[in-house]
Amino acid sequence: MSEELAKKEWENSFAEDAFEPLPEDEKNGEKIVRKNTSYWKDVWRNFKKNKAAMVSLVLMAVMVLFVLIGPEISGYNYYSNDYSAVNQGPSTEHWFGTDNLGRDLWTRVWAGGRVSLLIAILATLIPEAIGMIVGGISGYIGGKVDMIIMRIIDVLMGIPSLIYMILLMVVLGSGNIWTLIIAMSITGWMGSARSTRGLVLQLKSREFVTASETLGASPAWIITRRLIPNTLGIRVVGITMSLPSAIFYEAFLSYIGLGVTPPTPSWGQLIKAAGEVFRYYPYQFIIPCLCVAVTMLCFNLIGDGLRDALDPKLRS
Amino acid sequence: MENREALLELKDVKTYFQVQKGTLKAVNGVDLTIYRGETVGLVGESGCGKSTLGKTIMRLYKPNDGQVLYQGRDIWSYRGKEKKAYAKNVQMIFQDPYACLDPLCVVSDIIAEGLKIHKMCSGAQLEQRVEELLNMVGLGKEHASRFPHEFSGGQRQRIGIARALSLEPQLIVCDEPISALDVSIQAQVVNLLKKLQREMGLSYLFITHDLSMVRQISNRIAVMYLGSLVEIADSEDIYLKNYHPYTKALLSAIPIANPEAERSRKRILLSGDVPSPVNLPKGCNFCQRCSKATERCRTEKPVLREVEKGHMVACHLV
Amino acid sequence: MEDKKILEVKDLVVSFDTFQGAVQAVRGVSWYLKEKETVAIVGESGCGKTVSIQTVIGLNPRKNGSVKGGQALFEGKNLLDLTEKEMRDYQGNELSIIFQDPFTFLNPTMTVGQQIMEPYLQHNKVSKQEAREKALEILKMISLPNPEENMKRYPHQLSGGMRQRIMIAMALICNPKILFADEPTTALDVTIQAQIMELMNSLKDKINTSIVLITHDMGVVANMAERIYVMYAGEIVEHGDVDTIFNHPRHPYTWGLLGSVPRLDKKIQEDLYSIPGTPPDLISPPAGCAFAARCKYACKICKTQKPPRIDFEEKEHYANCWLNHPEYIRRNGVVRREGGYDGE
Repeated sequence: MSEELAKKEWENSFAEDAFEPLPEDEKNGEKIVRKNTSYWKDVWRNFKKNKAAMVSLVLMAVMVLFVLIGPEISGYNYYSNDYSAVNQGPSTEHWFGTDNLGRDLWTRVWAGGRVSLLIAILATLIPEAIGMIVGGISGYIGGKVDMIIMRIIDVLMGIPSLIYMILLMVVLGSGNIWTLIIAMSITGWMGSARSTRGLVLQLKSREFVTASETLGASPAWIITRRLIPNTLGIRVVGITMSLPSAIFYEAFLSYIGLGVTPPTPSWGQLIKAAGEVFRYYPYQFIIPCLCVAVTMLCFNLIGDGLRDALDPKLRS
Repeated sequence: MENREALLELKDVKTYFQVQKGTLKAVNGVDLTIYRGETVGLVGESGCGKSTLGKTIMRLYKPNDGQVLYQGRDIWSYRGKEKKAYAKNVQMIFQDPYACLDPLCVVSDIIAEGLKIHKMCSGAQLEQRVEELLNMVGLGKEHASRFPHEFSGGQRQRIGIARALSLEPQLIVCDEPISALDVSIQAQVVNLLKKLQREMGLSYLFITHDLSMVRQISNRIAVMYLGSLVEIADSEDIYLKNYHPYTKALLSAIPIANPEAERSRKRILLSGDVPSPVNLPKGCNFCQRCSKATERCRTEKPVLREVEKGHMVACHLV
Repeated sequence: MEDKKILEVKDLVVSFDTFQGAVQAVRGVSWYLKEKETVAIVGESGCGKTVSIQTVIGLNPRKNGSVKGGQALFEGKNLLDLTEKEMRDYQGNELSIIFQDPFTFLNPTMTVGQQIMEPYLQHNKVSKQEAREKALEILKMISLPNPEENMKRYPHQLSGGMRQRIMIAMALICNPKILFADEPTTALDVTIQAQIMELMNSLKDKINTSIVLITHDMGVVANMAERIYVMYAGEIVEHGDVDTIFNHPRHPYTWGLLGSVPRLDKKIQEDLYSIPGTPPDLISPPAGCAFAARCKYACKICKTQKPPRIDFEEKEHYANCWLNHPEYIRRNGVVRREGGYDGE
């Protein structure tokens, strides 16, 4: 009986046109329903999950903001002396106090940040770019070219970079931001070249590179459009990680007197000047040190977060 | 069929690689002609050198000996711009739909790459051409801004086909284009390739290990074993009347999608694996796995000879 | 006793959470396995066939809560209730699995002999010598050439076919009751595939193992399976014994699958039948029949309402498709197989 009942039920339960053919345009078997995501969007999504890296990113943004506007809002400039207010502690008048020549430290710290960060960023990006191109050529062309380039790098890396960085500074003349950047670029590209070459060697046998070759692409096309973009994802970690060491190098060179010359401030310059009076006026020393430390820590944590976000094993 | 135009001729092509243990003879003396408008299926197991042969044709490997002639000219005699122009004539479709598309590029960039390299069009014209190519392979404009990882294997393979078609080539070397795909999608891709051939008069070299699918698309089939061809015949012929014991074993190994046929079937099971192409046997390459091998097979290399019209076999026993 | 069900999966639901939403990989799947039987689960990649057996065997980690429901009864116990630790007693012992790609599964730093012995040593209290003898016995049974010598080799020194044999030996050494084979021959050449199929078919008589075969190759299915489950988009769409499925399929997807296989025993058709489009993204499965978007016979109801399971006169044959519904037949008549596949 129940079967009959069920039969009755379905006869009425179906709409008139329920069994009419479905129009072709309603089928759409090729539709993609997921949201459009790119590689970098994916990386950003994973990066956001890392709290330490996100805090660092925000902190870094604040630092950069101060570096940009800090010197403008204090009402002082970084070079004017004021002998009536020498070595004053932090106050409402001078937020970070003044130095032995009565210059406003707030202004000098952020103006020094401009110099330090500019050097750090350029002295990281320029050698990175050189290294990528050299490594790309070396890895992709291979053979004798590769052998010669790699032997040159071996020799250059055998010499402690500090020695010829100092030598270069002496030859080029110290005291200028640009000579500092050039010296750091000349000494810093080998690591990036080596690492890029290794990545290129892995990539160049991939089918999408072969596909470009069969389309008639020139080596330059393949290196700049296929290989380097695909190594960038991994190299970007190395780039963020080498920013702190560039900041450190600048500070170090300024400290030993080969960096920027006074009155131009940089964090290294400020630390050097304050180091002499550290016992009496510790704030002059602590504030620029703190800036260097926070920046280095932030870049390291950001690099760490990027590495996790880029690691295919950790990505979902 | 007599006055067919030879598009690509391989003359005693040998491609070797230097490996630790000696010389790996990946392609060891292959003679093959591909005529305009036809499909030649090149069949063999992994490691038989079929992909190396495909890449030799693409100018990716330089043969150690022999010639590859495209429309009568040795492709290694090209100078300067001719090399680049060769890419417009001969294109390739790849095996791995996951690796053959740059993960950082959107589909429209991937398809437009060849057009940009050869400066064939730009701007709105380029956009239109990409859309045209997408339509040709059954995809649409809405797919152009997507990244490769958003597509299924079959869709990616079709994007690869669109890329190869963008340069309007005469010959497409298909290097195992379907082996990474599901069966139902394999049919889709094979049908698409056949449709494109009808519409554009393309020639294909269809490299595969799948003897049952290759029959659907090929006019002639060449069976390759350890770097040399062992049998060439019209595709229908080779299934009905095959001579080489390796071809026989290969055909008998294919499972048939019919349970009754499968139950009553007697297989020729080959013992052992393919020997290494570094130490090739002195005689016939197949002699170690062949149940009928004689003394002559072990000492003397058989050459490809015509046993019937258009049917070539390399075996002493035929 | 032949008909005893040794494994029964009921209403299995598995979904994975991603940032874009939950991917509903398996959507209510039920199947069973009898003693000494080979069952095939057939479907395209991404249809959930691998996920469903990995869930049963405990390889799909439970901690992220991907198993949303269902049971997997093995000898009266629900495998899905067991902890990972309890599950380990079954893995490689009573339930073992072989994968598509043996190379990624084998440990490159251990000799294959050590790797074959490992599960035996782990699950039985035996000496190394006994394990060695057992391993040799298994290798002889699967007719690996020079077993003693090959046991001392490392995976990279062996060919693809040999590696697959080693993996089968590892899976068999504890005399498993069920062998799960996930695309066991897909990565192999045809001549090697023929050897492995022959080997697996001979196992049932030698060691009383039931086999769950996962594949998309209808030829392999025809050769090995006794019963077939056809899976599409995380659901089983048709079930029956091998002859029924090949000779009297009732689901358009099965027609498509069979039609798209080139047949050496038939004349060449002009064009193979091919299923248009691609399977749906299981992040938002269609409301009605999942196959409707690719189905030649799709009706309006297919888009809105899930097709019911309809049983047929052949033993245990059923399909989930509106085409077989009495009301459809009353209005439109009987539609039977199509797609360049002539057999009836």
